[in-house]
Amino acid sequence: MRLMNDPPLLWLFAGILGLLLLASLAGWIMHRAAKTPQGRATVDNFNARTRAWWWMVAIFAVASLLGRMVTVAFFGLISFLALREFITLTPTRPADHRTLFWLFFVILPYQYVLLALDMYGFFIMFIPVYAFLFIPARSSLQADPENFLQRTAVMQWGLMICVYCISHAGALLFLPIPGFEDKGARLLLFLLLVDQLSDVFQYVWGKLLGRRRISALSPNKTWEGLILGGATAVGVGAGIWWATPFTPWQAAGMSLVIVVMGFLGGQTMSAIKRDRGVKDYGSILPGHGGVLDRVDSVCFAAPVFYHLTRYFFLP
Amino acid sequence: MVKPPLSARLTAALLVGLTKLISGAQARWQGCEPSPRQRVYFANHSSHLDFTVLWSSLPPELRWRTRPVAAKDYWLAGPLRRYLAQSVFRPILIERGGPSAREAFEQILDGLGTEQSLILFPEGTRSLDGAVAPFKSGLYRLSRSRPDLELVPVLLENLNRILPKGETLPVPLLSSATFGAPLAAAPGETKAAFLERARQAVLNLRQA
Repeated sequence: MRLMNDPPLLWLFAGILGLLLLASLAGWIMHRAAKTPQGRATVDNFNARTRAWWWMVAIFAVASLLGRMVTVAFFGLISFLALREFITLTPTRPADHRTLFWLFFVILPYQYVLLALDMYGFFIMFIPVYAFLFIPARSSLQADPENFLQRTAVMQWGLMICVYCISHAGALLFLPIPGFEDKGARLLLFLLLVDQLSDVFQYVWGKLLGRRRISALSPNKTWEGLILGGATAVGVGAGIWWATPFTPWQAAGMSLVIVVMGFLGGQTMSAIKRDRGVKDYGSILPGHGGVLDRVDSVCFAAPVFYHLTRYFFLP
Repeated sequence: MVKPPLSARLTAALLVGLTKLISGAQARWQGCEPSPRQRVYFANHSSHLDFTVLWSSLPPELRWRTRPVAAKDYWLAGPLRRYLAQSVFRPILIERGGPSAREAFEQILDGLGTEQSLILFPEGTRSLDGAVAPFKSGLYRLSRSRPDLELVPVLLENLNRILPKGETLPVPLLSSATFGAPLAAAPGETKAAFLERARQAVLNLRQA
């Protein structure tokens, strides 16, 4: 799966490059036009986001260039950073220390080893079955029953969201769709592009036209933003059907699934953040918050997109 | 100040990198800015990582003029710790339960010299649950004998979850070191009042 031998993939990257150039140019013009302090802050935030985007796209492009294993390792790293942000914000007790060590240094890497070895059968049930049972069993050895179920649930949930769900994005690289073998990178790029554009356009349309707030959880999300931003992302997704195994209508349908799941993921992770009393999970990406703030929508979209594709497009 | 040898600087860079990787430590300069002035950074203590995290949070040029006050038996046990102590951290080593408090205090004053800063954990021992114990009197006496020192409160957060007392393997969560506004003992302030004020200065950084 070399980038250079795959013209449609190259076109996708070229398109993304064009979008980023456009965003940088727009940011530069807005920077010169902004007068009020509030406007300046919005533009600065926009520019910080764009710069972070350049980095993320560059890293992802290098990973795809270097091949499947590097991309797998890249998603392993994302899982690691996301899980770290998640567990940091949720209450565990000293008795969980060793269980957490297993989470970070055994279960997480093993899930990605299973992915790299293309062992689908075990990949799909390792965390929901084995890790699920292992976590409470390991913690129970420490004889600290306080909030036991809550602590267990937090660790299981973090593992499911940050490791299991995110690893499905990487699993797209291994889908043996007839006539589409070794072209999984395009499916992955399709997922990430639609998902992230949906986020961006929901934000942009919401800023421009948003009036009706969806819920008190996220003050920036409006119905106008969701519908127009979602429609824009679905339009883009349908427009790049030629890079996928889908027909234009199928690509639109898949994009809609990604948009809806992504939205639900963002809402869910916001609810957790509100409960813990923070705005962002971290501060690693300027303007974006933490890694988990950026991938919250992918967490929900990736496994569903993966399974629908697997169900409908594998013989 | 003499520049440390290359091997020590490389070891330091490696340790700083490793510490940041494991602890995800973020430095927040809230009440003051980094400065080469002589300072005593005093922090809450809950983990073996506390010192390296605080040290790594300082800008590189300040690290070489900032030394910890530490227990002799810990830092001289084994060749690795001894190397780190002698070449990189250069701690002021105090014998636990050894010499009189006065002697130990003289040792600290000597170690400060005219350009060194100190890292001090005034609780004297690591806390198990993250609570901050009452401070021992060394901080007060330092402030009385060297009123020119800036005493900087530092709050270290989450390190008791990353490497708690009694554990050998770290869990790589995110942590932070928050630096507060410098303080000094006021004229006429009693020892107990000052120590409690210093302790509250560390605790108050928690909500900010």
